[in-house]
Amino acid sequence: MTSRRVDVLVVGAGPAGLTAASLLATAGARVEVLEREQSPGGVPRHCAHRGFGTWPHALTGPDHARILAASAEHAGADVRTGVTALDWAGPRALTTVGPQGAETVTARAVVLATGARERPRAARLVPGTRPAGVYTTGELQQAVHLYGQHIGTRAVIVGAEAVSHAAAGTVRAAGAEVVALVTEPARAPAAPARTLDARLRHRTPVLTGTTVTELLGHGRLSGVRVRHRDGRTAILPCDTVVFTGDFVPDHELARRGGLTLDPGTRGPAVDGALRTSRPGVFAVGSVLHAAESAATAAREGAHAATAVRDWLTDGTAPGAEGLHWPTGVPLVADPPLRRIAPNRVTPGDRFPYLLRTALPLPRPVLHVTQDGRPLHRERFPLTTAVPHRPLTLTARWTHRVDPAGGPVHVTVA
Amino acid sequence: MTVTVSGHLPVEPYDVAVVGAGVVGCAIARRLAHHPGLRIALVEAQDDVGQGTSKANTAILHTGFDAVPGSLEARLVREGARELAAYAAESGIPVERVGALLVAWDEEQLATLPRLAEKAVRNEYHDTRLLGPADLYAREPHLGPGALGALHVPGESIICPWTTTLAYAVQAVRAGADLHLGAPVTHAGHTDGVHRLDTPRGPLHARRLVNAAGLHADTLDRSLGHDDFTVTPRRGQLVVHDKFARALVRHILLPVPTALGKGVLVAPTVYGNVLLGPTAEDLDDKHATGSTAEGLRRLREQGRRILPALLEEEVTAVYAGLRAATGHDDYRIAAHSAQGYVTVGGIRSTGLTASLAIAEHVTGLLADTGLALGPRRPPEPVRMPNLGEALPRPHQQPDVVAADPEYGILVCHCERVSRGEIRDALAGPIPPRSLDGLRRRTRARAGRCQGFSCGAAVRALFEEAQR
Ligand SMILES: Cc1cc2nc3c(=O)[nH]c(=O)nc-3n(C[C@H](O)[C@H](O)[C@H](O)COP(=O)(O)OP(=O)(O)OC[C@H]3O[C@@H](n4cnc5c(N)ncnc54)[C@H](O)[C@@H]3O)c2cc1C
Ligand SMILES: Cc1cc2nc3c(=O)[nH]c(=O)nc-3n(C[C@H](O)[C@H](O)[C@H](O)COP(=O)(O)OP(=O)(O)OC[C@H]3O[C@@H](n4cnc5c(N)ncnc54)[C@H](O)[C@@H]3O)c2cc1C
Repeated sequence: MTSRRVDVLVVGAGPAGLTAASLLATAGARVEVLEREQSPGGVPRHCAHRGFGTWPHALTGPDHARILAASAEHAGADVRTGVTALDWAGPRALTTVGPQGAETVTARAVVLATGARERPRAARLVPGTRPAGVYTTGELQQAVHLYGQHIGTRAVIVGAEAVSHAAAGTVRAAGAEVVALVTEPARAPAAPARTLDARLRHRTPVLTGTTVTELLGHGRLSGVRVRHRDGRTAILPCDTVVFTGDFVPDHELARRGGLTLDPGTRGPAVDGALRTSRPGVFAVGSVLHAAESAATAAREGAHAATAVRDWLTDGTAPGAEGLHWPTGVPLVADPPLRRIAPNRVTPGDRFPYLLRTALPLPRPVLHVTQDGRPLHRERFPLTTAVPHRPLTLTARWTHRVDPAGGPVHVTVA
Repeated sequence: MTVTVSGHLPVEPYDVAVVGAGVVGCAIARRLAHHPGLRIALVEAQDDVGQGTSKANTAILHTGFDAVPGSLEARLVREGARELAAYAAESGIPVERVGALLVAWDEEQLATLPRLAEKAVRNEYHDTRLLGPADLYAREPHLGPGALGALHVPGESIICPWTTTLAYAVQAVRAGADLHLGAPVTHAGHTDGVHRLDTPRGPLHARRLVNAAGLHADTLDRSLGHDDFTVTPRRGQLVVHDKFARALVRHILLPVPTALGKGVLVAPTVYGNVLLGPTAEDLDDKHATGSTAEGLRRLREQGRRILPALLEEEVTAVYAGLRAATGHDDYRIAAHSAQGYVTVGGIRSTGLTASLAIAEHVTGLLADTGLALGPRRPPEPVRMPNLGEALPRPHQQPDVVAADPEYGILVCHCERVSRGEIRDALAGPIPPRSLDGLRRRTRARAGRCQGFSCGAAVRALFEEAQR
């Protein structure tokens, strides 16, 4: 087993990891990026549609992935594909495996950018048989756009969010018919224009208030049973079903390393500098909040780069361990808010917070308190917060946090 | 070495035809293949071995401590467990001797434990031990509150059922048995000392017939004029939990059987997951291998009591198997000498464990029908790829990766399956004919993402091999 040392080890070459790597390499650090897939780019690699890159988001996913990877490499980062980070060998050391065999890479800073996945059918406990033709969007996109595989002729899409419409687009691109988008909420969660476009231009039904209750068919899927909230049931004949959305963080490495996880996101808990509970270990992108946009992931990659640089300068001096690693206090989003990230707070934090709500909240007002003491109030007079879109809370109030106090709560008035 | 999936079946009569390539049929074919003089056919309806009940069980290598004392099943489970443990060690089949705890949750169950310990002794199992709550919670700190005690059965083990079935089949085929897949026997008749088995691929003839058709053994039995038993499928649904749950449990946690019926178990798997199940539902439909909302709800309710933290972990897979229940308390293994026919029916819930002993027993019965077995020569040992977590997988062995970098290129990340392992399985003596078959041989796509990351890449490798 060989072992090497680098300044920064980034795990995951998606938008978050590559952006962090570019900036850190530009600043002169020795940066290595580990990517278990054969090519870099993360999820955008297989999102053939446009909507990526900086405003006006005109790039396709694969173009975005290529540009990010090229700029990281151009900046001098070593992007190693086909290499998996398996486990921890020390506080900032990871064991890896690739075609060259096993290695241990020790770094002064580690950035976890391992992304997120959609929960598959079994994790959602959808009963029925186990036929072929059952996908997540991630698998579907790779099958169609990366491998040109045949996917069947009639597909039901479970979900009606943005990613579900992307899945529908992939089904159509493969020459198959979208039978319907099926979603549990009474109102379609995607932007109204998106839903309207599906209904009018593609003549695809968007079935709201509807649950897939059973998969049917032996060998190949023959249909899905659905139930409307009014009790009616029906069978939608189809040979393909795509489970979309319902993201969970790929937190395996974080958990294996014993990093503190946030109960709301199930990703590693981080403060406003994207520091995890372990000194020198940072986390960025979808692993923090499965899943927000690629632009958000990239923004976090850039933000973390600054914090990593500070750590490399000040934090890794002999004897400095712990000194420069404030752990902060927990930041908790109370119901009906579902989660918040970052989810720890230190008085110096300046990075805005992303929240998700479980219920639609028209013109919400958020209250930030610590031990009953109000720290901040923020109004969103022009917004209705909705479950499928993030709500951004500023960090203007963090200097009022008592680092020795209790958890900070965000509540909806 | 002959494995067929299409085309006409050979015309020449076989000495023995075994119908059904589940764990039992494969074990029998392997045992018969110890006699190089015999021409053996293993005839299977589906496109792979072990696609029936043998692929969907709880994967426990039982000691037989709780069998009905004196029954054939009790003896064959006891002997089979010993033989399979030895065979597994020799063949690289993952086994972990984790031991079982029968956990008592109320006074009635607690009172049952000493009786179970006595029953174990009558089944020649002497190693059980009663544990008080303190010992129990020391062994299983994540157990839900309220357990009163347990019976420890240290010999109970977990095993890989797919590798077991495949190992038998590979050994049988390498030793000269013919495996005919995609050959459902639609009718069987016996004239002039020869069986004629009709299949869509034409007839197959054999002088001796072994019926190891699992759920359909009763149908085949009837077509040969016997009306000894009826198979009522008893469904068992199971939930597989994420590998992060493995740290929550050390033993197989068995329910204590009481008058009110059997509860569910929580058991680790050799792959490092945790099983919760099975249900027990008597059905009519022999194809009803689906899961149900009600079944899953009940399992989770019971699982929450046994191991509350289990419910916090993600579910990786859900499946259901059908036990070949017959209304009898024992296996229905019978020789019909005049017909040169042996029925191996009612192998309900212990067939994996007992498989090698069933094979030995059936071979004896065949000899009793007058079959001359001829000289005996043990077949070449097999070495199966390791799918278990207890021994190193290929990517964890530097020398293996150095010799062939394909073992360092992981394709399925959740289960850490390398391109080299997938390549090997696709080129194996009994290659998979579906992605599910590939999964059972390698674990590719069997992990927590269920193909989100690797599904298309694995499929591409599979389809490339089909061309
Ligand atoms: C199906 C789908 C469609 C989407 N569509 C859009 C869209 O249209 N527009 C948009 O803005 N956003 C979209 N998103 C969200 C967007 O893809 C994510 O926000 C973005 O990719 C997150 O970037 P990331 O770098 O955090 O993670 P990812 O892009 O997921 O990258 C993580 C990388 O880490 C690697 N990795 C993980 N573990 C290891 C390990 N142990 N060793 C080595 N490598 C590892 C993975 O292979 C992966 O390449 C979509 C997401 C999905 C899943
Ligand atoms: C939920 C559950 C849990 C269990 N747990 C355990 C356990 O922990 N330990 C244990 O030892 N046992 C366990 N068992 C029992 C064990 O799985 C079975 O006893 C064993 O798999 C039976 O093997 P078999 O070969 O008889 O049947 P099968 O595996 O069903 O094989 C029969 C084969 O015959 C084929 N076939 C049927 N009809 C025809 C035909 N007409 N022509 C050609 N082929 C035909 C089928 O396709 C099938 O492949 C469990 C069973 C269930 C359902």
